[in-house]
Amino acid sequence: MSGVLVVQEAGRNRISFEALAAGRVLANLTGLSLETAAAGDPNADIFIETSGLPPATAYVVQHPLLQNYTSDGYVLAFEQLIRTLQPSYIVFPHTYRVRDFVPCLAARFGQVLIGDVTAIKTGPSFSRHLFQGKMNATYHHQGDGPCFVSVQAGAFRHDPPTAGKFTIYHFVPEISANEIRTRPGQPFRASSQTVDLASAPLIVSVGRGIKDAENIPLVQELATALGAELTASRPICDNGWMPLERQVGSSGQTVAPKLYLAVGISGAIQHLVGMKGSQCVVAINKDPNAPIFEIADYGIVGDLFEVVPALTEAVKAAKQ
Amino acid sequence: MKIIVAIKQVPESDAQVRIDAAGKWIEEADLQFALNESDAYALEEALQLTEKHGGEVIVVSAGPERVGTTIREALAKGADRGLQIVCDDLGTRDALGVARLLAAAIKPENPDLILTGLQSEDLGLGQTGVIVAELLGLPHATLILHVEMTETGLTVKRELEEGWFQTIDLPMPAVLTIQSGGNKLRYATLMGIKRAKTKEVRILTAEELGVDSTPVIVLERVELPQKQKCTQILGGTAKEAAAALVEKLKFEARVL
Repeated sequence: MSGVLVVQEAGRNRISFEALAAGRVLANLTGLSLETAAAGDPNADIFIETSGLPPATAYVVQHPLLQNYTSDGYVLAFEQLIRTLQPSYIVFPHTYRVRDFVPCLAARFGQVLIGDVTAIKTGPSFSRHLFQGKMNATYHHQGDGPCFVSVQAGAFRHDPPTAGKFTIYHFVPEISANEIRTRPGQPFRASSQTVDLASAPLIVSVGRGIKDAENIPLVQELATALGAELTASRPICDNGWMPLERQVGSSGQTVAPKLYLAVGISGAIQHLVGMKGSQCVVAINKDPNAPIFEIADYGIVGDLFEVVPALTEAVKAAKQ
Repeated sequence: MKIIVAIKQVPESDAQVRIDAAGKWIEEADLQFALNESDAYALEEALQLTEKHGGEVIVVSAGPERVGTTIREALAKGADRGLQIVCDDLGTRDALGVARLLAAAIKPENPDLILTGLQSEDLGLGQTGVIVAELLGLPHATLILHVEMTETGLTVKRELEEGWFQTIDLPMPAVLTIQSGGNKLRYATLMGIKRAKTKEVRILTAEELGVDSTPVIVLERVELPQKQKCTQILGGTAKEAAAALVEKLKFEARVL
């Protein structure tokens, strides 16, 4: 058979359902059937929650060696599933795990993952960002063989489940312990994670545009004047200019304040996923084409070293 | 220990990129290029490992001739020698095509460890290192912040989502893709820059590596992204814009 297979990730339900929505777009465009699969326990809520959504078929990929994720285990298991089902398209959520094993899996079929896709259109053609969001690119797949796609978090809207009939098939791949070359440890959290930014109503966030650690007080003054928390994008924390627990983005915290004021942040997708739920976004950046302006409600194009002190004064004046 | 670091030359992160006339790539003529950021962290990790345990660091990079300057930069920071795969069609090769070039250049070196950044700042595919591992039949780990040698191989610290981490044990040889921020990056010293001039950079071509370049993924066109929101740009002097913004936040958005 030939269809669209959506591979979901238990524990990453939201983005998995978005992948399912993307799979549905692809199935509608191509007229192919839609099926879903995930590794893990058939009682996991990923299957229970999926049960109300078409497709009506799910493959539970089960094996004791898949209990802890390893790239080797997952590549072997899904290679066998794909060879059995022979789908034309395989759609994944673009998670860290997918980034870890799907490039290998695709290479086994002589294929390349079209990763981090934001839209699927007729053709089918696939859109994704280039240059950290400054450009959009359209790709297509050519030649025989399955097409591997992963979709970006938040790019496809998933529908709420409704009651429906659902069939689960069990798929037990052949894997032996000596084929698993890596030994993963249990996930842990950095102990210093003490600042809870998720509930902060006002946030001033600083990025690469600040240029130097000694300029941080400039944005701190603005944050203080507003009564806001000060956060940062990844490069600032990588440089040690701000503590790691104040990092916003896919590898840091996810925030949704009333006001998110981005200072000198270009808006790479890894940052945007951590803050795009904000009610009102303000961007101050010298580059009018910075992707942050795509999601900003208000923008000031200019030199932050002039704009930020002026804004601090204006905020202070307004509060008097 | 022999460590290979695969690096990429990309447009500088604050470069204002413009789409080329054909709408298929960007205008490269007046762009400044730099070492891809996470590749810089991969190089730093390799240099620190060989400082601690001894050995050799070899950088490999594919692309047009200008890539040579980025290889020299890596040599100036302390890498011992370079392999430059000269090809002018890097843009039309897909990740598998590029990984095949790198794997073909790396294989005869028989390294103990291959490091690269987790993704490039231009294409952002984040796949090349993982595919190189697959092509060479080696185990891999991605998004690595810290590498430690053990008696049996390596213990690495891997970043997971939302502030979580895990450690992974794996045997050598192996491929690791390095996340930014695990180490502090060094600058090239004057002495380093001087020494780099005498270090060996071997030139290889795609033809002599015998690698097929037919892509399965084709980049059709490049466009400016469409705005998701209608952004109100506040103009005037810094002072005027700041005053207008406070007004808007107070009375229009009502968030102050």
